[in-house]
Amino acid sequence: MDCDGQNGKDVVIDCCINDLHYGSFKAVRDTHIPIKKQKITAFIGPSGCGKSTVLRCLNRMNDIVRGFRFSGHVHFGGRDIYHPSIDAVAVRRHIGMVFQQPNPFAMSIYNNVAFGLRLNRYKGSVAEKVEEALKRAALWNEVSDKLQKSGLSLSGGQQQRLCIARAIATDPKVLLMDEPCSALDPISTRKIEELMLELKTHYTIAIVTHNLQQAQRVADETGFLYVDTSEGGRTGYLVEFGDSKQIFEDPQQQHTKDYIGGAFS
Amino acid sequence: MAVIGGQLKPDLPAKFAGDSNMPGQINVEELEKSLLKPRTIFNQLLIVFVTVLTLTALVPLFSVLWMLLWKGGHNLSLAVFTQLPPSPMEEGGGFGNAILGTFVIVSIASMISIPIGVLTACFLSQSETGSGLASTVRFAAKVLTGFPSILAGVFAYGALVLTMGGYSAIAGGVALSILMLPTIVLTSEEAIRMVPKKMKEAAIGMGATDTQLMWMVLLPTAIPGIMTGVMLALARAAGETAPLLFTALFSNYWLGSSGHIDLRQPTASLAVLIYNFAGAPFDNQTSMAWTAALILVVMVLISNLIGQLFSRRQIN
Ligand SMILES: Nc1ncnc2c1ncn2[C@@H]1O[C@H](COP(=O)(O)OP(=O)(O)OP(=O)(O)O)[C@@H](O)[C@H]1O
Ligand SMILES: [Mg+2]
Repeated sequence: MDCDGQNGKDVVIDCCINDLHYGSFKAVRDTHIPIKKQKITAFIGPSGCGKSTVLRCLNRMNDIVRGFRFSGHVHFGGRDIYHPSIDAVAVRRHIGMVFQQPNPFAMSIYNNVAFGLRLNRYKGSVAEKVEEALKRAALWNEVSDKLQKSGLSLSGGQQQRLCIARAIATDPKVLLMDEPCSALDPISTRKIEELMLELKTHYTIAIVTHNLQQAQRVADETGFLYVDTSEGGRTGYLVEFGDSKQIFEDPQQQHTKDYIGGAFS
Repeated sequence: MAVIGGQLKPDLPAKFAGDSNMPGQINVEELEKSLLKPRTIFNQLLIVFVTVLTLTALVPLFSVLWMLLWKGGHNLSLAVFTQLPPSPMEEGGGFGNAILGTFVIVSIASMISIPIGVLTACFLSQSETGSGLASTVRFAAKVLTGFPSILAGVFAYGALVLTMGGYSAIAGGVALSILMLPTIVLTSEEAIRMVPKKMKEAAIGMGATDTQLMWMVLLPTAIPGIMTGVMLALARAAGETAPLLFTALFSNYWLGSSGHIDLRQPTASLAVLIYNFAGAPFDNQTSMAWTAALILVVMVLISNLIGQLFSRRQIN
């Protein structure tokens, strides 16, 4: 597939997947998604179509899966992060990730947020950074008096915001979020959506979501992935990508129309 | 809510709507408890059976503890900790040197086996499923768990006592470390593997290197499990007699003199003291053996409690 189109200067991550295999299973093909600076890009699509897989490609999280193979490229600031000369660990320090299930460490709230700073041997005031990250993640008011309590003692929604605070404490350039609200109630979901819109002024965000209204509410651009069963397997691919408004109000492809129509009609 | 209730009611099956003429009617008597039903009787019998067997399992433990307290308790005094073992016809005395010796030998064994064991566990837990080296090491550790303790003594005798020119606390420590190692390796590996995968992913996603992942997330999270393994190993090692007979032997005197400890000489230990005195024909010595056994059990108990305290602190 052609990924060499001029993407302009505002593309932070240019993701171009030709083929992606887990062992002999071909999970994703022909997916080209440019992620623009200080925009929110959403991935939508049915379960198993490879949204998480594509997202995890963007910071090389798939490297820890045995049998993972990938052909294509992911350009981050003009460099291919899959080039042999690139250190995956360094990539992940610039491209942070928030997972579907809240996954705080079994340590205090403070240490959870400070974790990334310690990894990077941060020289400045850790306490200040922790406070700033917790405030940005809209969690400070709820935890400021119990920073030494275990991160695991928080509620699910608070844990997820703690994970967001942990991810943004090190000021990554890009934040990847894999269904960050799927375990949360509507109020926490709202808080996190507001948070994303707020974070957009500093960071670039890519989010996977099953909630189409959520994609519509927060995303500037949206990519729709679908499963292709024609070759016998279940291979995901990008059907359509564009401005969220256009994807939701005037989809060009039949698959997109069916998927979005099913949800909104 | 009223609307929903109104909608649902017509759809309910008749038996839930309380129509007593329908075949689906609930026979309320069936719900009542009755001791005469076979099912209930069988259930009660089993509960009694299981309870009795559980209590039976506790009998050896408590009878040993009772015996120790009864036969060894009356001898307890400060002298036990400060004085040297009595010679055959002598009255009084203690076994301070054996307590110190056990402490020193077990410490040496721990200093050898804990670092090696935990680091091996780190390696094993991070190895891929098909790794040949890892499965060889794991197999060796499992074989070593069932290793006759006397052989560990013979090994240390050949490797250290003969080459260093005599029995020593060091040789005793090495022999015990061989016995502690497999327990520590296997339980620590298990504990590290039990750390939830999502925590591991979180750390990798933050950009942790393998080393940082291990030191900052896996080991701290696995500490309670690792401590349990270490305590199990310690408890076993502290009570071993056979390997010490070949290595540390025994001594009627303090380990070293005038304040500085000499690890290169025969060293007393509680286990060997019990072994020596229990069969002695002198009353004072046999009762001393009981007291020593009591102290040994209490030492193991205390180290277990410390381990638990420590691991609980880590979680919160
Ligand atoms: N670690 C893995 N090893 C092997 N196959 C995998 C692995 N992870 C995902 N897959 C497969 O890749 C395909 C895409 O999975 P992926 O998790 O990316 O789907 P998804 O779009 O995120 O679905 P969902 O919306 O349910 O989370 C699925 O068929 C899945 O079985
Ligand atoms: Mg997913």
